[in-house]
Amino acid sequence: MEIEPVIGLEIHTELSTQSKMFCSCSTRFGSSPNTQVCPVCLGLPGVLPVVNEEAVRIGIKTCLALNCKINKYTRFDRKNYYYPDLPKNYQISQQYIPIGVDGWVEFEVGEEVKRVRIHNIHLEEDAGKNVHEEGKNFSLVDLNRAGIPLLEIVTYPDMHSMEEVNSFMNELRNILIYIGASNCKMEEGHLRFEANVSVRRKGDEELGPKVEMKNLNSFRSVLQALEYEIERQGARLRRGEPIYQETRLWNEEKGESFTMRFKEEAQDYRYFPEPDIPPLEIGKTWIEEIKATLPELPLKKKKRFIEEYGLSKKEAGILVEEKEISCFFEEVVKICPQPRLVVNWIMGPLMRELNERGLTIGESKLTATKLARLLEMVKENLITQTNAKYCLHEIFDSGEEPERIVEKRGWKQVTDVEEIEKMVREAIQKNPRAVEDINKGKKTAFGFLIGQVMKLSQGKANPGKVREILERELGKC
Amino acid sequence: MSKLSFLPAHVLSEKVRKGELSFSDITTEVIAQLEAKDKSINAYISRRLEAALEEAKSLDESLAKGEDLPSLAGIPLAVKDNICTRGFLTTCASKILYNFVPPYNATVVEKIKKEKMIIIGKTNMDEFAMGSSTENSYFGTTHNPWDYQRVPGGSSGGSTAAVAAGEAIMALGSDTGGSIRQPASFCSVTGLKPTYGRVSRYGLVAFASSLDQIGPIARDVQDAYLLLKIIGGYDPCDSTSLPLPLPEEQLTGKVKGKILGLPKEYLSEGIDPKVKEIVEKAIKVWEEMGCVIKEITLPHTKYSVATYYIVAPCEASSNLARYDGVQYGFRNPEYTITGQNPVIDMMEETRDQGFGSEVKRRIMLGTFTLSHGYFEAYYLKAQKVRTLIKEDFEKAFQSCDFIVTPVSPTPPFKIGEKVSDPLKMYLSDIFTIPVNLAGLPAISIPGGFTEQNLPVGVQIIGKPLDEYGILNLGFAFQEATDFHKRTPHGN
Ligand SMILES: [Zn+2]
Repeated sequence: MEIEPVIGLEIHTELSTQSKMFCSCSTRFGSSPNTQVCPVCLGLPGVLPVVNEEAVRIGIKTCLALNCKINKYTRFDRKNYYYPDLPKNYQISQQYIPIGVDGWVEFEVGEEVKRVRIHNIHLEEDAGKNVHEEGKNFSLVDLNRAGIPLLEIVTYPDMHSMEEVNSFMNELRNILIYIGASNCKMEEGHLRFEANVSVRRKGDEELGPKVEMKNLNSFRSVLQALEYEIERQGARLRRGEPIYQETRLWNEEKGESFTMRFKEEAQDYRYFPEPDIPPLEIGKTWIEEIKATLPELPLKKKKRFIEEYGLSKKEAGILVEEKEISCFFEEVVKICPQPRLVVNWIMGPLMRELNERGLTIGESKLTATKLARLLEMVKENLITQTNAKYCLHEIFDSGEEPERIVEKRGWKQVTDVEEIEKMVREAIQKNPRAVEDINKGKKTAFGFLIGQVMKLSQGKANPGKVREILERELGKC
Repeated sequence: MSKLSFLPAHVLSEKVRKGELSFSDITTEVIAQLEAKDKSINAYISRRLEAALEEAKSLDESLAKGEDLPSLAGIPLAVKDNICTRGFLTTCASKILYNFVPPYNATVVEKIKKEKMIIIGKTNMDEFAMGSSTENSYFGTTHNPWDYQRVPGGSSGGSTAAVAAGEAIMALGSDTGGSIRQPASFCSVTGLKPTYGRVSRYGLVAFASSLDQIGPIARDVQDAYLLLKIIGGYDPCDSTSLPLPLPEEQLTGKVKGKILGLPKEYLSEGIDPKVKEIVEKAIKVWEEMGCVIKEITLPHTKYSVATYYIVAPCEASSNLARYDGVQYGFRNPEYTITGQNPVIDMMEETRDQGFGSEVKRRIMLGTFTLSHGYFEAYYLKAQKVRTLIKEDFEKAFQSCDFIVTPVSPTPPFKIGEKVSDPLKMYLSDIFTIPVNLAGLPAISIPGGFTEQNLPVGVQIIGKPLDEYGILNLGFAFQEATDFHKRTPHGN
């Protein structure tokens, strides 16, 4: 029996705003517990929320990027449940009139372009964190995260394979980074997932009972948890055993999921409109204003890179994968219009340097201008490939101008014909045996002579020119 | 009899400016009155008498130096204990907040401080403002200064009793379904509930967010107006506050030609005949001034109590969810672990012991009506009825300028008389509740007394934002009567 999984995702994205959703506390990550708090995000008696306009703006931008309809009036609702990390014991969210509905995301799976529909996008506030110390009979609460703006993106169950889920998550992450909605740092919990999955006999129309999976904090845990769940449900389906509608909790360490609650025990959140926040009107002009700031999205950029710069699909894909890299590429090409040379250098030496140093381009001392000027020298044969790589390394170290490094190190390539001729003649003179071997047809001796010339030039002679002149000079012999 | 503490603020301020009195004189008198009476009345939960006197002295020095002081500087003020005061106990008359000291001031308190008014203390109330008698307090019942056997009304009963007894010159209250107006009526003081959004709610411990409004309690209409102008205005910390300027016109008492609407539904059955008589007399007074009296209809008014008891508990059940013993306030230290989650056990036992029975009743009501399967039938329906009630008023105000009604169907009732019958208690707010549901401004002014010398107030309801209009109509009545000048005997 062939099994088809039916998968939908809920993505919680921490937004990249400076301040929290309903107060002016900082959203900085990693501060000591309870230092980024105020009466509002502590939920003290008497406080009132004031909506962070920047968060709404990012929400609208995301809706536009994901092709959603934007509600003219959007409203907040209270989601009521008791948990110590939720200071008010309700979360301000959007249940009835979310900011956007009915959108879609397109992404590539192999050669195919797939589309996942978006059910809705809504704004909400994050909860704090409970800290359990080993061996202690109490828990502590850190409310620094409480009130940080979250955007929840809810898809339709339109995915049917791990590859689709993986590509979708990557594409969505990229879009969110491209539009500046979120930094999407997994290790800081900027992206958290919930998945719902059911299985059915391939070809069946009807959906099986839906199982919700919680506590998925990385792409890897989403994929592992789904794989585990599809396997579990598939086995039950094959054995003719019932599958129950339930919520399961993924345990990363054990690589297993456990029943959290069954449908009958489903929590009643008693949603009702947040009376402290009047409905927000989202006017056409505001939407247009935000639309104008929307950057080119990754998939479109990839297509353009292929057409405009003649890159391969793979190359374009790698560049576009990171917005910063793709922008850097274009900046370099603007100054040094050699897209092939630039892409090779970015994908090769540059990425190697970044990986080794654990830096992003923005954090490094390399700028687009510096790389462009270095590559100009390579193109003009003013420096050898090998020395150019050393030069790049030094730019990463010191941030010095490439010309100065080349100058200082004496890496300027000798291209002057007369000078090379002089060195070629000297090498021929000093190595009569090699010349003899060449005349006998021994190819390796030719390489040896080239090496001798390079040595004489201290590596600065242009190897192409050396070869050319050596051939000519040997012909004379 | 300490006359001084029974004078209105505007008179006291003038006397100080004329050099007839000092700020210290006023505060000293008010404190003396408080110390003499509050053992019997129990208007205050906490007091700051020494600090108040210090502030008064320092203001006297400022005045002596010729410094310019705001018009209500040095006036002793009582603040209802559900309004947050930085560094000073704010309990909401609840065990669950018996030790809560806010790290911040409510916006109105910031404004009071800027005006250099002197806070005497925090006043008693029904727990979390849920009640009409100030009997539901963890800190004991407040007694009506006019008759200690009777309730002062509620939930701002501590504030109105303090003003009536001369234990404060002015006070702040909050009004969710009549909580300023009804106790103002029971204590014969002037109580104003402003238009929803006029006064910032930031720092007012929420009961029902869409209904709550802070308002002034005072000896007369002039004082209520002065205090409104200080506490009111737009506040960026409250998204429901109105970005509109406050009224500035002088009170003139000129009301000739104004049309007073009398809802036929309001003066029918269920009203104490004496209350009816007093309201009718008041209407006569205005009629003699040239006001036009007109019968109007508010047909959906009969649903207002039912509507209120869905909307308010729904919001309250969520607003009060935060009192769980985790971060602040009371925590039951010896909870029993019954289930898998000891934290939930702690929360449950804390809330069980921390809340009084009326609060629990309303939390349960609200939790039930918001539950899956009931939300549409109750909450959404109530919202629809609320719109109809609002529309009733809009229609009525097309043909009249003000609506005049009783405040409460009865004069102050006896302590304990209604505690065992919550429904009866709820129904006593029939005239005040529709005003909150519609978000309108309304005032209770002293309207007269029964044979037993029990106060009865008259309610004037205005169009949205027309605080000036209702105050001016009240002012006209005040100019023709002296009820607002009477003080409880024995004081
Ligand atoms: Zn905060």
